[in-house]
Amino acid sequence: MIELQELQKSYGALQAVRGISFQVRPGEVLGFLGPNGAGKSTTMRMITGYIEPTAGEISVMDHDVVANPLKAQALIGYLPEGAPLYGEMTVSAFLKFVGAVRGLKGQELEQRFNQVTSQVSLRKVLQQPIETLSKGYKRRVGLAQALIHDPQVLILDEPTDGLDPNQKHDVRELIQNLSKDKIVIISTHILEEVEALCSRVVIIAKGQIVADSTPAELAEQSRYHKSLFIRFSEEAAALDKLGQLEGVMEVERVDDKSFILLPEPGASLLHPVNSLIQDEHWDVEELHIERGRLDDVFRRLTKEDAA
Amino acid sequence: MILTVFKRELLSYLATPLAYLFTVIFVVLSGICTFYLGSFFERGQADLAVFFNFIPWLYLVLVPALTMRLWAEERKSGTVELLLTLPVPALTWVMAKFLAAWLFVGFALMLSFPLWLTVNYLGDPDNGAILAGYIGCWFMAGGFLAIGSALSAATQNQVIAFVLTLVACLVLVAAGFPPVLDLFTAWASNQVLDLVANFSFWRHFLSISRGVIDLRDLLYFLSIMAFGLGITVHLVRHTVRR
Repeated sequence: MIELQELQKSYGALQAVRGISFQVRPGEVLGFLGPNGAGKSTTMRMITGYIEPTAGEISVMDHDVVANPLKAQALIGYLPEGAPLYGEMTVSAFLKFVGAVRGLKGQELEQRFNQVTSQVSLRKVLQQPIETLSKGYKRRVGLAQALIHDPQVLILDEPTDGLDPNQKHDVRELIQNLSKDKIVIISTHILEEVEALCSRVVIIAKGQIVADSTPAELAEQSRYHKSLFIRFSEEAAALDKLGQLEGVMEVERVDDKSFILLPEPGASLLHPVNSLIQDEHWDVEELHIERGRLDDVFRRLTKEDAA
Repeated sequence: MILTVFKRELLSYLATPLAYLFTVIFVVLSGICTFYLGSFFERGQADLAVFFNFIPWLYLVLVPALTMRLWAEERKSGTVELLLTLPVPALTWVMAKFLAAWLFVGFALMLSFPLWLTVNYLGDPDNGAILAGYIGCWFMAGGFLAIGSALSAATQNQVIAFVLTLVACLVLVAAGFPPVLDLFTAWASNQVLDLVANFSFWRHFLSISRGVIDLRDLLYFLSIMAFGLGITVHLVRHTVRR
């Protein structure tokens, strides 16, 4: 388990992190969200023992990170922001170096090396100097060094930043396929990634936690939760009739043919809208209920804080 | 574990042109200094005294170029974050980087062996004294490197690390020279004068390079190394890690 208690970090007068507390249990994939400069990387750096907190406590699997960083670091695989690497080393030399420093030897090292390099598809570039690789490959080398010792705890600071859609997909799949008893913390800007990967979301803004729940619960806070999207096959003057329907709080016009109906709290819109469509003989092309939008919630939570 | 890190550091020298450049420049310059500036042949003495006399000045320029990247480069490129989140104590990193650099400088020093062959061909030198001189050079290099390591850890900027190291080493070498000591004779007591002179690389190096290995001189260089590396460890723990 990872436990953060009232974690704080100040740089002079600037308070980067002001009192963050949460726990992560094995099996959880925690999405760590927040606008740029919210303190995500600083928090992750404190968990990995790179930065010392100004105040507060962190423990990783019962090892106090501040008092005993080496014990905690041995259990953690970490991809720092921007995936810094030794450019002059070959992929193979670099990964074997990290493996050896992590205490792997001989057969075991060889086996982990082979497994990890196939897991992140690096087999083709093993003998290339890292500085000659593309961004996507570099990021994968960064992931491979974080995975080489099969860590119990994986901390990834923006693992898909700057990757193309295919590469993003691969990285997500990789994270999903990690064994289920690991602790994974991922920071990201990409909200769809959170929905695809994470069992839990912590949103921070200005160094403080503003939300801590599951992606689904978070989506429920969206004003679009249970809203109904409707698209007609041709331009329709349906705005008034839709707005008068019982349970509809507001109708948003997307374009000439499409509308979003926001429900009153607790109301269900599908049945009344369905009846109305049949009564009016409307030709409807698309109709669905939205689960809610994370970006909407994210914006509201992190902007409220700024105001 | 220190061996793994040491090996990586040493190999990193071979992966960049810097090491080759350093070796070539060192060997060529030491030759030029010895034969032209030092009038090696005209002196008609079968020893390497002129060669050793130039070594502190060569190191003064070349060693900072070697040490400036030790930590400053890692801080700049961000790899230091990778390094310091591996389960390795700061002392191990500092020692491994230092030892790799020290061994490398020792290797470059050994490449000056043609000079040694030359004096042995031309005359009958005291090879014990020459060995002592080499040992003196190597220990002095250790002192330079340790100071360079500390100053490299103090900044993210390699050029600043270079200049600071150059100045610090210049002060340490020059402290034993009459023009510098003259500044003190006017007002300072003899004890102070002695202290300043004793603080100089030059004085300790000079006696070794003349073939007298005094334990105190070696201890002096060892304590400079311990001091520089101690500061490096402190900086890595508290400034580099923030």
